[in-house]
Amino acid sequence: MALNYHLQIVNLLAALLLLISFAMLSQRRVAGLVTLFAWQGAALALSTAIVAWSTGQHHLYYSAALTLGLKVIAMPWYFYRLIRKLNVNRVVEPMINIPTTMLIGIVLVIFAFNLALPISQMSGTVMRSTLGIALACVLLALLMMITRTKAIPQVIGFLAMENGLFFAATSATYGMPLVVELGVALDVLVGVFVLGIFIFQIRETFDSLDLKHMEKLKEK
Amino acid sequence: MVTGILLQIVQTLIAILLAPLLMGWVNQCRAWLQGRTAPPLTQPYRTLRKLFHKDAVIAGNASPLFRFAPYVIFSCMVLAAGLVPTIANDLPFSPAADVIALVGILALARVFLALAAMDIGTSFGTLGARREMLVSFLAEPALLMVFFTASLISQSTELPHIVETLAQKEFAIYPSLAFAAVAFWMISVAENARIPVDNPTTHLELTMIHEAMVLEYSARHLALIEWAVALKLFTYSVLGIALFLPWGIAPRGDVAALPLALAAMVAKLAAGGAALSFMETISAKVRLFRAPEFLGTAFLLAVLGMLTHFLLEV
Repeated sequence: MALNYHLQIVNLLAALLLLISFAMLSQRRVAGLVTLFAWQGAALALSTAIVAWSTGQHHLYYSAALTLGLKVIAMPWYFYRLIRKLNVNRVVEPMINIPTTMLIGIVLVIFAFNLALPISQMSGTVMRSTLGIALACVLLALLMMITRTKAIPQVIGFLAMENGLFFAATSATYGMPLVVELGVALDVLVGVFVLGIFIFQIRETFDSLDLKHMEKLKEK
Repeated sequence: MVTGILLQIVQTLIAILLAPLLMGWVNQCRAWLQGRTAPPLTQPYRTLRKLFHKDAVIAGNASPLFRFAPYVIFSCMVLAAGLVPTIANDLPFSPAADVIALVGILALARVFLALAAMDIGTSFGTLGARREMLVSFLAEPALLMVFFTASLISQSTELPHIVETLAQKEFAIYPSLAFAAVAFWMISVAENARIPVDNPTTHLELTMIHEAMVLEYSARHLALIEWAVALKLFTYSVLGIALFLPWGIAPRGDVAALPLALAAMVAKLAAGGAALSFMETISAKVRLFRAPEFLGTAFLLAVLGMLTHFLLEV
């Protein structure tokens, strides 16, 4: 293994991202989920900053700062407030029990690693081997969205998916152009606020945040 | 060669003699963290002395297996402790068994403990034995996966090789080992009957696992089992140190490095024991039916470690 130390640290952070994704899958409490999401954002921001420093790609510093500000500070703070207001921090059992979810998760990881292998061989960046992990994070977040029935965990799953995509972009092509990234960040921020309002509306209408109730909205 | 054999004997003796001290340290830290007055550090030794001086009481329908099981368990643990590089690496005894055989030795001790627990025929013993088997059959594959991750990095299942690769070659960060370390921590907690899987201080029939198995033992038999339990904790601790924090273990034939190695080992064990008691204090014991989930997570982490090894480190 002849990689530089900063690249080894990036690899370690990538592994940490994957670990946090699994921890999110196994987390039953909503507040714990938000904390894990904040940690995932922190790992992402740190790895992006290290990549920026080691490759001299200055626009990645802005991406890292944006990630830190939005996903580590602003959104977790908003979610904590939402949880306090709605008083929903209870233990919630997912639709599929957690050991089974974990096993599905491992299958997804193997799938993602195999899928990413040929793509990463084409890519020319220094951290191309982490592409598989980024893809695995996306799939795991998707799995979390599928297995949860409550509104807030689904929103967090969506944001975790965005984290994974961001990491994939960084590892495959040193990130997207700054304009695109700014746009995505703004979209995500607005999305979260809209979903926050939406969550209030769902509770107003159904007296619950369980999205299963929305099936009643079907036309007969 | 003579130095090697001497060192081997000294290392095994250190393990046997220091094991109750580690147990006492963990208990002391835990008492401090929970705001109780701590028992003295030497409390496990006093308990052992007291137990050795008592007369053994054995149930009328006990078979010979019940009598000799404590000796088997204790010698298995001594054997396991002797195999792990604690202060010196590559001792003459270590080629006798690799990590897979080490798992086998630990399993042998567990089988005898479970058999002895079922031997008397009380309901508690049987209950404890079944629970122990439930926990261990989930923990064992996870432990093997942890060892495989370390073996994949060092291309060998022999502990001296693993320690040599990690400690004495060029330093490198292995993300797979981070996964394996978390998994190993969870497995050690389960195997050593600590919170959150089992509570070593309880005698409540609904929750106890390990204590239920040794309820029928008294005097010298109980002393040997308690000592074996301390040795097991010690073995798992030095195993964790050898796999994940091996810096400081003296290389082969380097006698001058031994005092430093001993100091490093004591410091690491003290830190590890404090960490264990801290984790025990902040976590609640889970229901028995959650234990499979806990150990399933450990297994999953170990498998993830192997997968990341193939992705990032080859």
